[in-house]
Amino acid sequence: MKPDRTPALLGAILAAVVAGGLLLPQWTLFILTLACAQGLVVLGLVLLQRAGLVSFGQALFYCIGAYTAGGLSRAFGTGDLFVQMAAGAAAAALVAFVLGFLLARYRGIFFGLLSLALSMIFYGLIVKSEALGSTDGMNLVKTTLFGVRPDAAWVRYAMAVAAACVALGAAWLTHRYLRTPLGRLSPAIKDNEIRVEYMGASVRYAIHVNYVIAATLAGAGGALAATTVGHIDPEMAYWTTSGEFVFIAILSGTGSVIAPFLGALVFGAIHTVAYDVSPNTWQMSMGLALLAAIVFLPDGLWSLFAKRKTA
Amino acid sequence: MPAILEAQGLSKSFGAVTAAEGVSAAIEKDSVVGLIGTNGAGKTTFINMITGYLKPDSGSIRYEGRDITALAPRDIARLGICRSFQIPQLYRSLSVRENMLMALGIMLHNADLGGFFSFGRPDVPGHDAPAEEVADRILGRFGLSGYGERNAQVLPGGMRKLLDIALTMAAKPRVLLLDEPTSGVSAQEKFGIMETIMHAVKAEGATVIFVEHDMEVVSRFAQRVLAFYDGRIIADAPPQDALNDAEVRRYVVGGVHA
Repeated sequence: MKPDRTPALLGAILAAVVAGGLLLPQWTLFILTLACAQGLVVLGLVLLQRAGLVSFGQALFYCIGAYTAGGLSRAFGTGDLFVQMAAGAAAAALVAFVLGFLLARYRGIFFGLLSLALSMIFYGLIVKSEALGSTDGMNLVKTTLFGVRPDAAWVRYAMAVAAACVALGAAWLTHRYLRTPLGRLSPAIKDNEIRVEYMGASVRYAIHVNYVIAATLAGAGGALAATTVGHIDPEMAYWTTSGEFVFIAILSGTGSVIAPFLGALVFGAIHTVAYDVSPNTWQMSMGLALLAAIVFLPDGLWSLFAKRKTA
Repeated sequence: MPAILEAQGLSKSFGAVTAAEGVSAAIEKDSVVGLIGTNGAGKTTFINMITGYLKPDSGSIRYEGRDITALAPRDIARLGICRSFQIPQLYRSLSVRENMLMALGIMLHNADLGGFFSFGRPDVPGHDAPAEEVADRILGRFGLSGYGERNAQVLPGGMRKLLDIALTMAAKPRVLLLDEPTSGVSAQEKFGIMETIMHAVKAEGATVIFVEHDMEVVSRFAQRVLAFYDGRIIADAPPQDALNDAEVRRYVVGGVHA
């Protein structure tokens, strides 16, 4: 058996963020924090992908997380990052638990489109809801950490470190989950459901659990994004947002729980550079980047590292 | 000998087609029962009803005195009634050994999130050894030791059949239903493969019910034969008596060799 290097790697990354963050410019810390938020969502997608499912509607839970944070902010003036993330994750998990009874019955394109439809229904609801700010969305109160608002010069750094702690902690928990019997069931489900059922395991239950975990991660990610940007709007539930997450998932690959964060960071970097260089055609640059990833790295960015390991 | 499995008056139709009509049979513990009959006679329907894939329109199935008629396949499997498939159901992208480990991993599934908080490797329920050890032991019994690293997809037909049955061993079956274990295997290999299967399965102490078209295989390995015709059992007797039965000769044996 190969030794499990993931926990050490996660620790090293966290140390790098804590130390390196001191040297990085503010705007890169912002990108890093957002990459943590998106990486959390994509981590959930990867979990579903392992069982052969692609969700084109993960923005539903991302947006639920964001609006939960927004609601806390508006109703109670709560700006604490950890409270918002916990509440966002819990709200998304609850919704996913209910929807899971329906979705766990479907596979392939039906699962994908049904998840897309649900996210668009939610989009439609918040666009029409004046209480939630309709198409304009709403602003959030300033973020605090354990009730303390960091000094302006340090706030980006403090948030990036806090976000990295949560994101890498979630990655570690997911990594542990993948090594449990239930977590290990996913590739078997992808390969041969009949065999899994006739061995005495419930495919639907396993998919339901994966779906709820994925939603929990997306909810936490949504709350983190909301409080980082300071503003939320219905676009967060729109299908293009879901598409972005699938984009990052393909870019990342399913090789490791770290891959989604790497993918999100690269995505953020390409996005920023492309927008900077050609503001009118940045989508084309993104498309070309995705094409290049599919052609040259069919197993995602992570395959770069996986190959080096075996060499 | 007490009956471990009892089917009582099972009937099943698909529209106008009657796949089973009043099928009753009591299977004794530790016996080896062969199911014969032409294609469409109701053998696989019988297996599908026992394992929960099909629900009978009427009738009941009892396992160790417990009614299992309404249970889902996975719940029946958990009770110890397992099956192999006419077309092997393997994890195609995995190696032979990984297939075995996956099957054993599923047996740990009852422990659900077991291992999340502990860092040790749990023993597989019923096997009392870690998964790697059990996997190698089972593969050895099925003569697959040398093929551990081969991808399941590129395995020769006979080996795929063996692996398909080996996977069921992970569940420690008390009753094992084999759907045509030697179909698609050359005539020369048939006996060798059946020999291996029976040896390995009996080492685990399972009651065996197998579907077979080759009467020589049936008469050599079965202690009792159930002959199916048109959704009914037309003979239930030891092999020699069943194969010499007038109805069986006319509808089943004749049908196969004609």
